[in-house]
Amino acid sequence: MSSTSQLALIARRSVSRTFRQPVLVVPVIAFPLILLAVNASGLSSVTELPGFPTKSYINFAIVVCFVQGALFAAISAGTELASDIQTGFTDRLALTPAKRWVVLAGATAGGASIAVFGSVIYLVVGLIFGVEIDTGVVGALVLLALAIYTAIAFAGIGAWLAVATGSPQAVQGMFPLLFVLLFLSTMSLPLDFIQKEWFATIVEWNPLTYLIDGMRGLVIGGWDASTLLPAIAVATGIMFITFTGASRSLRKRVQRT
Amino acid sequence: MARDNGIEVEGIVRLFGGDIRAVDGVDLSVAPGEIYGFLGPNGAGKSTMVLMLVTLLPPTEGRATVAGFDVAKQGPQVRTVIGAALQAAALDSFLTGNEHMDLQGGLHGLSRNERRTRGAELLERVGLSDAAGRKVGGYSGGMKRRLDLALALLHRPSVLFLDEPTTGLDPQSRSALWAEVERLSREDGVTVFLTTQYLEEADVLADRVGIIDHGKLVAEGTPTELKAGIGQVSLEATPVNPNDRERLAATLARFGEPAAGSPKSVAVRLAAGAAQLADVVRALDADSIEVADLQLHQPSLDDVFLQQTGRSLEGEEVDKEPAS
Amino acid sequence: MISSTLSVSLAVLRRVMIQTIKNPAIIIPSLAFPLVFLIAFAGGLSIVADVPGFSFKGGYTAFQFVFVFTQTAAFGGIFTGYRIAEDYESGFARRLLIAAPHSAGILLGFVLAGLARFFLTGLILWGIALVAGMNVLGSPLEILAMWLLAANVSIASTLWVAGLAFRFQSVDIGSFMQMPVFILLFLAPVYVPLALLTGWLKLAATYNPVTAILTANRGFISGEESKALLAFGLAVGLAALMALWAVRQFHRAHRSVA
Repeated sequence: MSSTSQLALIARRSVSRTFRQPVLVVPVIAFPLILLAVNASGLSSVTELPGFPTKSYINFAIVVCFVQGALFAAISAGTELASDIQTGFTDRLALTPAKRWVVLAGATAGGASIAVFGSVIYLVVGLIFGVEIDTGVVGALVLLALAIYTAIAFAGIGAWLAVATGSPQAVQGMFPLLFVLLFLSTMSLPLDFIQKEWFATIVEWNPLTYLIDGMRGLVIGGWDASTLLPAIAVATGIMFITFTGASRSLRKRVQRT
Repeated sequence: MARDNGIEVEGIVRLFGGDIRAVDGVDLSVAPGEIYGFLGPNGAGKSTMVLMLVTLLPPTEGRATVAGFDVAKQGPQVRTVIGAALQAAALDSFLTGNEHMDLQGGLHGLSRNERRTRGAELLERVGLSDAAGRKVGGYSGGMKRRLDLALALLHRPSVLFLDEPTTGLDPQSRSALWAEVERLSREDGVTVFLTTQYLEEADVLADRVGIIDHGKLVAEGTPTELKAGIGQVSLEATPVNPNDRERLAATLARFGEPAAGSPKSVAVRLAAGAAQLADVVRALDADSIEVADLQLHQPSLDDVFLQQTGRSLEGEEVDKEPAS
Repeated sequence: MISSTLSVSLAVLRRVMIQTIKNPAIIIPSLAFPLVFLIAFAGGLSIVADVPGFSFKGGYTAFQFVFVFTQTAAFGGIFTGYRIAEDYESGFARRLLIAAPHSAGILLGFVLAGLARFFLTGLILWGIALVAGMNVLGSPLEILAMWLLAANVSIASTLWVAGLAFRFQSVDIGSFMQMPVFILLFLAPVYVPLALLTGWLKLAATYNPVTAILTANRGFISGEESKALLAFGLAVGLAALMALWAVRQFHRAHRSVA
């Protein structure tokens, strides 16, 4: 059986079991939208500041939803994989001809699929509530693609955590940390509107900043390679580092000959 | 079976953390189509042994072949011919029985049609046809083990590994599983390597038994051979008056070596077997020792274990020197 | 009667304190979250003070600090309430009940524990904010009033979660415990004063008791006028309501206990 078919089978299982658990899916939809509603309204007055890139704050804030979705993808994928390691399901898969990388990639499918599902909903809800995407329909599709790509990259973070710790609780424990990272980014304001030097430095070093700015560039201001390319690079970098790390850790954990 | 589906193990060792010898130099051989029972207490090294033979853990030293393939060097080939139901049922509680079959069958390279027919056949065989469409989360422990067995058989393995397959099962489920394992061996010629901590399981099911303790094989043979090696029937007597216990022990000592018994009774191995029973009764009468209960015990595998290790498999520590 | 209630409550308090001393990491979540918000909001959003119509004598850091301080009080209550749920899961609660059948003592004990946690984390937060250069323009009396007002939030929050814990007796409803508090905190003038809010949020915030508490505390810290009476009324009222809720849930849960 080809690797692609194996991947499809394992991914299908991951997606099925994820969507059979409403408790995993509902928060991914609800939390980002609630936060969007509160922030879009609460911070709407900042658009009056001179030089603010858009007149409507929801245009500014909508992309944060996609990044949140990716964070949820990370935790979901990680928890599922860690559970599999705990129950021995990973060993079951190890006894089949399935390759290690296929098991890893397939396991992250569930988490990534929640983010995909969420992303479509965020976009639709955003459009209903007046989001205007300056790059048009094509831009909206690229935005979705970037959101999905980011979600897969983040699922890699979850997977690496899972294989390294083998514990769903440890993976869950990382969630607040990832969430903190979101707050230390250009989530609420553009970089040049941050007055405090030290905070601006943190924001500049935060990979999430580039992801948010890349997606935001597609919504506000038309096509701009200077924000889009760094975003793609960061997502790719995260994907590469985390999947390599996870793969190496998996080799130590499942010592299949 | 076209090819030899036996198991050969030579000097296999598995170290953990540099100094824990979980498996400490085991040699054994399982003939094609045989049911081999690997018996030992918790922590003896049974599961570690299984993990090595199913290629999930490389041996530290030594070598083993399963169906002619080397477990360390020919892992993928070994995995195509073996099926394993390991200690943890390792199922996904959100998937149905059918979905498990489909996933595993597909990964083993079975076509969609084959998965369906073979899956249905196996689920029928283990009595899970009705439950197959339900999520595994709702299965009982027995049902999960049966599904595990069905999954292990999906790709028609010629060697089957079962790690403590009936632990925690009710008697009915246990008997049903035994019946299926026997059928697999007799009718399909599958070689079965089964680990257990239950004497009865090894005794009833296995063609040959290997007893493992602290990573070493301490005895091996058919159940009958092993018990015959102990040789003797034992006799257990409980005095009416607990104060008579010492006198009882002294009287019985004339008929054989002391054996394991309960705290209230005295037991000896009858040197000349059950025929001595009449003499024992006469001696007790002559010494005026009143006895509340008198029982004859056939040797058990526990006695074998006891003789080799000085401990009882069934948990109670007995002060006895291990045989050399 | 009163002295036995007090001794029970002190025993409960002592136990929570010992647990915390033995495992100081327990405190970290109730300190970390508000701290992150303080850094992100006061540090990152300072330019919001430049929004036309925004005038606050104390500066944006003090403005945001009040929100974070209130959040600390609320979340401290939540984490303390978790303990009760954990006690049920571990079976300890039953022992506690047999030893002290009066709900008042047990509830009071946990409320005191929540207040202790709030006091500790609040002090640390104040320390950090002052070191970071926050302006405090209010008088000592006004600062005391701030603490008292926030303490009411802590009490209300502890009692809310306690009630839930008695009702469901499991830690699985963790997010159920947090969500209402979280939502209540955010449907308020978090980033800008009430006057600068618009639309549905302004409506929601106007009727949210948390708004009055935030406004009053912002008045206290900047030495400006604040509708203190309204805020205290609402805060005490909220705490009293939650007390009724908790006691009711307690008795419902323990009808079966002899």
